[in-house]
Parts: sequence; structure tokens; C-alpha cells
Amino acid sequence: MTCKETQTFMDGYLDRELDLVRSIDLERHLHDCPACATLHEARLKVRAAMPALRHQAPVELKKSVHAALLERSREEDKPERKWYQFPWSAIAATAAAFALLAVLWIRPTSNSLEREVVDSHIRSLMANHLMDVPSTDQHTVKPWFAGKLDFSPPVRDFSADGFRLTGGRLDYLDRHPVAALVYQRNQHIINVFEWPVPASNRSFHTHAQQGYNVIETVRNGVEYWLVSDLNSIELQQLADRVVAN
Amino acid sequence: MMPHFDAAYNLARWLTRRSEDADDVVQEAYLRAYTFFDSFRGGDGRAWLFTIVRNTCYTWLRKKHGQELMTEFDETLHSSPADSSSPEIQHLRRVDAEMIRDGLEKLPAEFREVLVLREMEGLSYKEIAEITGVAIGTVMSRLSRARRRLHDELTVPAGEESTA
Repeated sequence: MTCKETQTFMDGYLDRELDLVRSIDLERHLHDCPACATLHEARLKVRAAMPALRHQAPVELKKSVHAALLERSREEDKPERKWYQFPWSAIAATAAAFALLAVLWIRPTSNSLEREVVDSHIRSLMANHLMDVPSTDQHTVKPWFAGKLDFSPPVRDFSADGFRLTGGRLDYLDRHPVAALVYQRNQHIINVFEWPVPASNRSFHTHAQQGYNVIETVRNGVEYWLVSDLNSIELQQLADRVVAN
Repeated sequence: MMPHFDAAYNLARWLTRRSEDADDVVQEAYLRAYTFFDSFRGGDGRAWLFTIVRNTCYTWLRKKHGQELMTEFDETLHSSPADSSSPEIQHLRRVDAEMIRDGLEKLPAEFREVLVLREMEGLSYKEIAEITGVAIGTVMSRLSRARRRLHDELTVPAGEESTA
């Protein structure tokens, strides 16, 4: 990697948004080039100081906004209500206010994860970055993941059933690194994302998004997401094989 | 009880650069969030709230302080000629929070915005892209320029400040 490329990719690298192969190239360059290493260090220094610049919201403001929200929810309760009428609308408005606050607490749901998975699939096809380790040999792909992930993903080839393992890749989903296995059936590419989750099983769930079929499931402490433009029946066949012991 | 309040305030404070404005913007943004709650289609509540805070900020600034800050951002206009040169080799001797605060205040709003969302709130490129309504690639190049500009602010000797 040249100095120019290093500068171009430096930010993606700092933000952990750069793919694995480029990250390794960039690290190698930093090791050999003092000028780029100095730049990298400077970026790290500035970054480290930034969180301290966060402004804390004044307590009074917090109180007054809270009061304004309650006020707004009360306004929606019309005054023509008779004393004996039950304030349903007030309750509904208050419920809406609570629902807002509750929703804002919620972390991105599996709905957004689904989007993330599909985006990742599309990106892998577009960016010419389908594979970090192109191999049809499961004994090459599996060790490749060792040391790059904090778990050892099950890697198997299903060529006999028409699903050829064509390689693997490190990807990033739901804020952690995941294994992406790439299978091919005829002309269709299938990405299988895997990462460990607290044990417990979840049955198959099928979605369709942006013209892609998505199947998710949890088996024996591993969450699996399969994405492809392959039809859902055949995708399910692969899902069955992937999770089978 | 008031989720993401500090984060919302922080963004408003950095975008408006004035605490009185930030107060008003945050209050208005939360009321808007309440009003437009119907339009929330699920997903990440924090990103949704940031979008509202950001839009409220820009509307507010335009209304209150004229067009001062919000000339349409031009990627080519705002990229300095140095963008294509070899890496700067000035060492950052000392970087204290005050210097960075001052440097950050001087950057255009679009640069401040991506830096706040990325470095203080830890959002991904994709989340920032959604909030600011630009492509992921634009987020990356904007962050890159923002960091370079900030670095320049920190290395310019006192009294010789460039036109930021």
C-alpha cells in the first residue's frame, strides 16, 4: 500500500470500517513508513481526547423538557370533557409519551439487523470483496478464522448437495465481528453469517427484503443469518444443512 | 426517563455552538419527536432522535442567525488543495482538550457534525449516513477532511491562523 492509499483508507481503518485485507495492508505500511505512522499516531491522540469534549445537558433543561412533554400530552386532553367522563384521551396521550420514551431506549431491533445483513450481502457482491479466503476446502477456511474471531465457526462444504463452499470472510454486524461463509448454488451467491450468542435456540424465521431472501435462526449458541437471491425453498435446504450436527 | 438526552444535547450544543440555542433546540426537538412519533417506523430510536435534533438545529440556525452557517455544503469547495499531498509530518506536541475544543468550534458545521457523531457518540458510518442523509462514501470522505482540518487547526502556530 502506498502513502496515498494509506491516507485514503486511514479513516476507515481508525473507524474499523475497513475490510480485513486492506486493514492488514495498511498496518504493514504503518510499520514500514514513519511518516504515515506519525500521522496515524496524531489521529489517535486527537480521537482519544474527543470524548472528554462531550457537553453534559443541564439538569434544569432536562426537567423543563420533561415538563413540556407532559404539558403537551395534557393539552391533547380537551377541556370540554365532563367531570364524570373518564379521561381516555389523556391516558392515550400519556401512553404515547411513554411509548416514545420506551422506544428511544430500545437498541436497534432485529428489524435493523435484518437490514444490516442484507446490506452486508449486497456490499459483499458490489465491492468485489466477497472473500478474504477463497477456498472450496473447509479445512482451509476454518483455520483461517482462528485468531481473527473469538469463536470457531462451524465450516462445512455441501457440494454433494449442490451448495458449494467458495470461501470465507470476516464481516462486522450488530457491532461485533462475525464469520461470513460464502456458498454458491448455480449462479446464486449465498452469504451465511455466523456469530455466537448466549445459548438457547430460535426456530427458523424467513423474510424477504429488497428482493433477497433471508433466513435467521439460533442453534446451539450460534446465530445464523442466510442471505441470497436464491429462492426461499432452496435457501431453506442450505439452512437445514448448516445448522445440522 | 429522558433517554439519549445528553447525547441529543451534545449534538445540539456542538451544532449551534451556543448553550442558549442548544437549550431551545433540544426542547423543540423532543416536542417534535413526540408530535411525529407516528412517523417512527421502528429501528434505532437514537438515530431517529439524532435526525430530528439535527434538522431542528439547522432550521433554528437558519431562522435565528440567517444563512450564516448553512450555505449548501460543497465537497469540492471545502476540500483544501492539501488534500492530495503527502501526509503531514508535523508532530502534535501537546494536545489538550481546550485546543481541540477551539479547533473543533472553528470547523464548518458539516465537519463538526460528523466528528461529534463519530468520535463522541461512536456511531457507525451507516448510522451517520442515515442521520445526515448522505452516502456512506461521503461520510468517510467528510470525516477524513474533518480530521485533517482539525489537525491543521492544532498545528498552525498561534497568530498565524488560516482562514477556517
